[in-house]
Amino acid sequence: MVEKDSQEHIVEQARAFAEKEIRPHAAGWDEKEAMPENFIVKLAEKKFLTPSFPDKYGGLELDPLYQGRLIEQIGKECCSTRVLITVHGSLVGESILRWGTEDQRERWLGEMSSGKKIGAFALSEPGAGSDARSIQMSYKRKGRQFILNGKKKWISFGEIADLYLTLASGEQGITAFLVERDYDGVKTKPIRGLLASRASHMAEVEFRSVAVPEENMLGQLGTGFSYVAASALDHGRYCVAWGGLAVAQEALEAMVRFARERSQFGQKIHRFQLIRGIIGDAVAKTQAARALCERAGEMRKIKDPEAIIETAAAKYFASKVAGEVAADAVQIHGAAGCTGRFPVERLYREAKVLEIVEGTSQILQELMANYGLRRYFRHGNRK
Amino acid sequence: MDIKQKLRAFIEDHMAVQEEDVQLKDSDPIFELGFVDSLFAMQLIGFIQNQFQVEIESADLDLANFRSIDRMAAFIQEKKANEEG
Repeated sequence: MVEKDSQEHIVEQARAFAEKEIRPHAAGWDEKEAMPENFIVKLAEKKFLTPSFPDKYGGLELDPLYQGRLIEQIGKECCSTRVLITVHGSLVGESILRWGTEDQRERWLGEMSSGKKIGAFALSEPGAGSDARSIQMSYKRKGRQFILNGKKKWISFGEIADLYLTLASGEQGITAFLVERDYDGVKTKPIRGLLASRASHMAEVEFRSVAVPEENMLGQLGTGFSYVAASALDHGRYCVAWGGLAVAQEALEAMVRFARERSQFGQKIHRFQLIRGIIGDAVAKTQAARALCERAGEMRKIKDPEAIIETAAAKYFASKVAGEVAADAVQIHGAAGCTGRFPVERLYREAKVLEIVEGTSQILQELMANYGLRRYFRHGNRK
Repeated sequence: MDIKQKLRAFIEDHMAVQEEDVQLKDSDPIFELGFVDSLFAMQLIGFIQNQFQVEIESADLDLANFRSIDRMAAFIQEKKANEEG
């Protein structure tokens, strides 16, 4: 890991980059439902596509805490850009780092850092969302290859990805594979008209009798769900937690700015107690979300096994707070907040999706309940 | 505590079922019996790495290694022996 001062400097660079290169364009990308290729090149040049990768693979070597802080800076300006870093750098990249063979790391990670290959995580299917174990996409071994058949849906950056980390079901259990876009039988179909993450090149990805070399299997046969997907989703949740915090923080700053500028009844609206109540709530909620994200980051740094549940709690809470604070920011803006003139309209839409991706809030509540029923149970008859 | 006791304590602390409903045996296939939730496999890997100072890599991801307390203990002992040797 690089020194703390250097990491702080990198996060500051990310803030400046986001303000200059993302903020002026985010609304336009949202409207056009596309992210320009030359912008992804710029992100890669700064190494922001893969902030946690080791230097030898072209990354910034940020520890989890600073990785989260960098994601916050990017996510404040554009959720779709934050999604790119999440799926490309974390869900796919960190999975290859964790479970890949040396050959797989050498083959893909450098090209992912440089942006030559964009990664997408292909787990969900038309009939398998929260119930991810029920995926229908199949694999069959044929000599030194696996033949994949099936369709994946809601794949962020699926439209432009060069490499898919995908999961398929077979005789030896769910298994993870790395599939290159140019393999015969890979087809993509963009999904447009989304509520949010509109510039994230969402797509359906079909694998029709795709022959995948056995050296592209990630992990071992049958370990695709419990290990590869579980750790990928854990990385994804961590990024989404910071993405939620980013939305809440941006919405809070927007509501404060507007409340200080806008006058009604002959005075600035921040002087009205009901407006002050909303701002006070937003401050407390955003700071609480930040505390959870930072705690998860610190625990991930020391590889504490409980970091997984802390990450789930941070994602659950930060995404919820993002929705609440963004809704309140729209409320303070009044009719103006319901138009694309102000970013709060986009933040409000983006926040909803955060409660669905990488584990819905309800799935996370289940996981936290399992944890709580153990962790907070006192043996004996204590009343 | 020996390896099995430490593993048992960790698993019991993380089971998705209540202790009044099940009696955990060292030979129980904990994943197949549904004793744990979808987060557990990764928590277990983290615990084994931290607690027993062994590195679990992709090649170790044989489901049989983590099937039961007995199998986990044997796997850890083998890893430690290999790493020390």
